[in-house]
Amino acid sequence: MSTESIAWPSTTVGSRPFVDHVHEWIATVDHKRLGLLYIGFALMFLMIAGMEALIIRIQLIRPHNDFVSPQVFNRLFTMHGTTMIFFVIMPVLFGFANYLIPLMIGARDMAFPRLNAFSFWMTAFGGLLLYFSVLGGNGLYGAGSAPDVGWFAYAPLTSQTFSIGHSTDFWTLALLVSGFGSIGTAINIIATVLCMRCPGMTLAKMPLFAWLNLVMAGLVVLAVSPLTAAQIMLVIDRYLGGHFFDTQAGGSAVIWMHFFWVFGHPEVYILVLPAFAFASEIIPVFSRKPIFGYSVMVGATIAIGFISMSVWAHHMFTVGMNAAANTFFVISTMAIAVPTGIKIFNWLATMWGGKIEFKTPMLFCIAFLFQFLIAGLTGIMQGAAPFDWHLGNSYFVVAHFHYVIVGGILFCVFGAFYYWFPKMTGKMYSETLGKLHFWIFIVGFHLTFDFMHIPGLLGMPRRIYTYEPGRGWDTWNFIVTIGVFFQAAAILVFLGNLLWSYFRGKAAGSDPWDAWTLEWSTNSPPPAYNFAVIPVVRSRRPLWDLKHPDDPDWKYE
Amino acid sequence: MSATSIPLAEGRMEWHLPYRGRVAMLSLITAEAAIFSIFVVAYLFYIGKSLTGPMPKDVLSVPVFYTICLLTSSLTIHLAANALRRGSVQSFGVLWFVTIALGAAFLYGTATEWHRLIYQKGFTITTNLFGTTYYSLVGLHGFHVVVGLVSLSVVMAFTLLGSVGSEHAERVDVLSLYWHFVDAVWVVVFTVVYVIGR
Repeated sequence: MSTESIAWPSTTVGSRPFVDHVHEWIATVDHKRLGLLYIGFALMFLMIAGMEALIIRIQLIRPHNDFVSPQVFNRLFTMHGTTMIFFVIMPVLFGFANYLIPLMIGARDMAFPRLNAFSFWMTAFGGLLLYFSVLGGNGLYGAGSAPDVGWFAYAPLTSQTFSIGHSTDFWTLALLVSGFGSIGTAINIIATVLCMRCPGMTLAKMPLFAWLNLVMAGLVVLAVSPLTAAQIMLVIDRYLGGHFFDTQAGGSAVIWMHFFWVFGHPEVYILVLPAFAFASEIIPVFSRKPIFGYSVMVGATIAIGFISMSVWAHHMFTVGMNAAANTFFVISTMAIAVPTGIKIFNWLATMWGGKIEFKTPMLFCIAFLFQFLIAGLTGIMQGAAPFDWHLGNSYFVVAHFHYVIVGGILFCVFGAFYYWFPKMTGKMYSETLGKLHFWIFIVGFHLTFDFMHIPGLLGMPRRIYTYEPGRGWDTWNFIVTIGVFFQAAAILVFLGNLLWSYFRGKAAGSDPWDAWTLEWSTNSPPPAYNFAVIPVVRSRRPLWDLKHPDDPDWKYE
Repeated sequence: MSATSIPLAEGRMEWHLPYRGRVAMLSLITAEAAIFSIFVVAYLFYIGKSLTGPMPKDVLSVPVFYTICLLTSSLTIHLAANALRRGSVQSFGVLWFVTIALGAAFLYGTATEWHRLIYQKGFTITTNLFGTTYYSLVGLHGFHVVVGLVSLSVVMAFTLLGSVGSEHAERVDVLSLYWHFVDAVWVVVFTVVYVIGR
């Protein structure tokens, strides 16, 4: 029964040169180190893209502001969007998936450790390539700098005629390269979940985290590939003189929209499913109850995966599609609210009657439930085509998708940081600083994104670098910008907490939350081999079974 | 290392999971199929939308012989994998070589067709929408044939060095899955370009 971990002879080894440590991290194929690299990489880009958002908002704090030029403003919103989606949220989610999936399913590594390292470095080089445009974007014509075509880069803005120099090329190649990385990681996650589970862990006994990430990986395979194809076409247009999106040669600008959003909408679910995965692990542990409706949760996840592939053109109602297409995409968009609603009710039912502990991870997840609901409701509003005709391309849209991505996804990501920080570092975070982070951030979030809906309803379009006074937008924009400073302050508290706790935090022990999944059974931080002996499980909560041999879960499942 | 780990249940039980190579290859094939489907959609969408000539029926000739070559190679690679599973490395090597030769013949066919189109007809990727979509779709498929041939050749080299045996049958199966996919894509490309598009 006993499986003491193998003693690590660290005390006998003298200190090694710094360059050895660097080499160890660069050449690593260990899923935990690659996970941490992903997370560190994402945090670095979070700082950069956050600064871009801050500058955007300072420019808009009052009418006729001239903090940055219109050209720089265009570059800022393009880089902010592209960075946040591809080089912050996706890497941070892949990082957690990489770190946690093998630990949760009782495996010693991912299915393909070297593919894992390759995928990470592709993503990292993609991010560096995007920012290299600041130096290299001038190109032969001395025009352009960072990309300024918007994060969905509609044709014909991306054609040689309108985008001279190399800024758009850097954008395209960055997404192409990081796309290969994402597909590689997704294939790795699928193979790991399907082929590396420890004995006894059938698909129906996997933690929900593994299930949701499996569906996420499937979506990456199906949705990021079209983006890759579209980027190849754009490269052909720009470098080989092709005509895919060249309207003067009979090409279509609208087909780029279709190709982009065939990727773009499932991408939202690629981002949100891992956030659901965090919530599905954190909420039961801090409610002291098993997840409510496990099989329904799995079913709803798969349903979301399928439906999300058929809703993309709700981003294009204002393009002018025919009535049949509009109707189809309205109905499918409404349909996806059903499985999402099921999930929200399941989390609520998990909390219902539970002995809720209001620790920082749980606070973030509770806020997520509330805010994700609001984000879903404004989503339904815009999913109705006639309503969207009025609000398309307005600040209402910006407020809606930031409510999803910040209020939903980022809150879960923060929850995950606090929840698994003890496992990853072996140290306990500071609960005081964590709560401070939560409260400052939630104030900033609601100041910014609640009030951002209103100028949208009053007709303020997105992506404008300034606006006229006296349209009723001034006060709202002022409040929105003030909120951003709160958020920035909260992020500083968060980073400070991470650093302080890493160096000064109390030892956490292997299982600080009295949790039930396998990652809490090994040391904190886990040794390179994860488990001295590969575990055997009989239920969805193997650690519950161990702690309560008189009343194990497998009797009831 | 602070606390000791929580002891876990040990034991033996019947436990079989799918081979990770096969699962990964099937996932990769799904991703590739998604890429190809976007190019196929673009091809179908742009049929007849070119503003200037030439049109497909003016320049394209149907590559029946080379198509037969490629489809036959699917059969030979299947037989080769079977031979390796039985342990007869000799016939595996021969069939594997035939597969490579058939794939190379197909590539030669594409090369001669492109040479004819570019140098005799003056038809390139910049000519019109048909040129853009034709060279992209056929070229993307050709690129996959090249990748397949390089992988097959690596296995061929190891076979000639005598280091391939029946214990590698599962891996060879994975590679043959990829080759079957390349052939299946050609069936789609052929239908779209030479049947529907012409």
